[in-house]
Amino acid sequence: MKYEIPIGPIHPALKEPILLQLTVEGEEIKDVDVIASQNHRGIEWIGMNRNNPVQSIYIAERICGICNISHPAAVILAVEEAMNMDVPDRAQYIRVIQCELERIHSHLLWAGVAAHEIGFDSLLHYTWKVREKVMDILELVNGNRVTKAIMMYGGVRRDIKKEHIPKIKKMLEYYKEGFDKLAKFFLEDKTIEMRTRNVGILTKEDALKLGAIGPTARASGVKKDVRQDQPYFAYPDFDVKAITPDMFTGEVVGDTYDRIVVRLLEVKQSVEIIERALDEMPSGDILAEPKLVKLLMDLKKAEGEGVGRHEAPRGEVIHYVKLKKDFEPFFSWKVRAPTYSNIMSWIPMLKGCQIADVPIVAASIDPCISCTNRVIRINNDGKREIIGGDELHRLSVKKTKRLLEGGS
Amino acid sequence: MKFTFIPELFRQLFSKPYTNLFPVKYAPVSIKETLEKVEKGEIKITPPVEIPDKETFRGKIQYDREKCIGCRLCIKVCPAKAIEFKEEEKKIRIYVGRCIFCGQCVEICPKNALSQGEEFLMADTNKVNENWIVE
Repeated sequence: MKYEIPIGPIHPALKEPILLQLTVEGEEIKDVDVIASQNHRGIEWIGMNRNNPVQSIYIAERICGICNISHPAAVILAVEEAMNMDVPDRAQYIRVIQCELERIHSHLLWAGVAAHEIGFDSLLHYTWKVREKVMDILELVNGNRVTKAIMMYGGVRRDIKKEHIPKIKKMLEYYKEGFDKLAKFFLEDKTIEMRTRNVGILTKEDALKLGAIGPTARASGVKKDVRQDQPYFAYPDFDVKAITPDMFTGEVVGDTYDRIVVRLLEVKQSVEIIERALDEMPSGDILAEPKLVKLLMDLKKAEGEGVGRHEAPRGEVIHYVKLKKDFEPFFSWKVRAPTYSNIMSWIPMLKGCQIADVPIVAASIDPCISCTNRVIRINNDGKREIIGGDELHRLSVKKTKRLLEGGS
Repeated sequence: MKFTFIPELFRQLFSKPYTNLFPVKYAPVSIKETLEKVEKGEIKITPPVEIPDKETFRGKIQYDREKCIGCRLCIKVCPAKAIEFKEEEKKIRIYVGRCIFCGQCVEICPKNALSQGEEFLMADTNKVNENWIVE
């Protein structure tokens, strides 16, 4: 006997709105359907209609609270490509440091959530206590814990002060010493092993077929990382290598445990990158165009298009921006958040699991639903319908015909 | 394979709490009553964690009316549209309730009439209270 169980759009196991339609037989999950787009926020519309490009950095920052460096990073990369802007070296190094600080805090936050999803709340509190050290540094350097407001076209808005560097180095030492302890709690504990080993397996073939990105793909053995494949900012100087779980365990299984391994190793990698960046940081300007009024005028005059690709903690984020002369907002702006590519990997992961595994497996791709908003329509009779390209085209043709016949 | 977290749990039993117990040690039954008592001076609140660097900290916006020349640049860049222009006086009014504390107006101001202070405890039940309007 098969039953259908809907999880979501609003559900205690999910932090944000998304719908999972499960077909179960007994406890075993036989089939899964993922229905995204439960929430449309119209952020791109604001960037194309209401805001000038400088204001759009801050709306991009608010696409997702955790990736509040990643989205502005991608949007400035796109605009800098469209305008052919050169960025000072020091600004590029500061950007790298900020991006890696974000990766540390995001991965530790995720590790805590993963522990919480399997009911290991004492480990959640411990991990978030460890995470608090990087949050303190973010507040010290940026003046704010969450939305850092540091990215600007052609550079960064604030320099890293000399007197802050010893404090940042102290934090890096704390993480270097604490890493072994954290790895022991997460990777050697019986509770975590029981709940995550061989649960939610995503094979390498599936990861490639479904276009998974970020730690989700790397945990399945796909060596894919924008920082390695197409370095941007100051990343070419650091020679970043994609991390796969076999570096630690010696084999690639592609299960939830491997995804924990990858994220913890990336915290270690980020600490090393920041350490090198602080030592090798060149001196100089931090902005290509310090006069903001002039920058706004340049942006208005600019014409062109650009794509910004950035390795966010959850995977590759892509922003496409088109600028048009004498048109102040972005003429076109498209955001592709990492979760949008990773969400389909839930289907092979969840098949064969138990219902109780849904929260940890769903959390294992580190979903960020707030990034992933698309169009959905609800009919008068309450039936749900997703409008695709063909359907939109059909509607459009229908309207043309209607207008030709004198309708409205 | 064993439970590696247990020794840490025992250690934590005997260590001081990591969090700052703000505003009081135990969650009060009524926040409003507690705050009224604090105003009267009957109880003391635990102070919030100190600001790490007062120079970089981005707190409540401060406005120097005399320096302002009414150029409206801050209005142009404010992402939250929190700033209003007062036509007759050629000065501005900032609604802190809408402010997102990005500091973009501070950066663009040609006369340094705007700055960000250290105040950050601004929660209020009244949407149009005096503390939230800077002019």
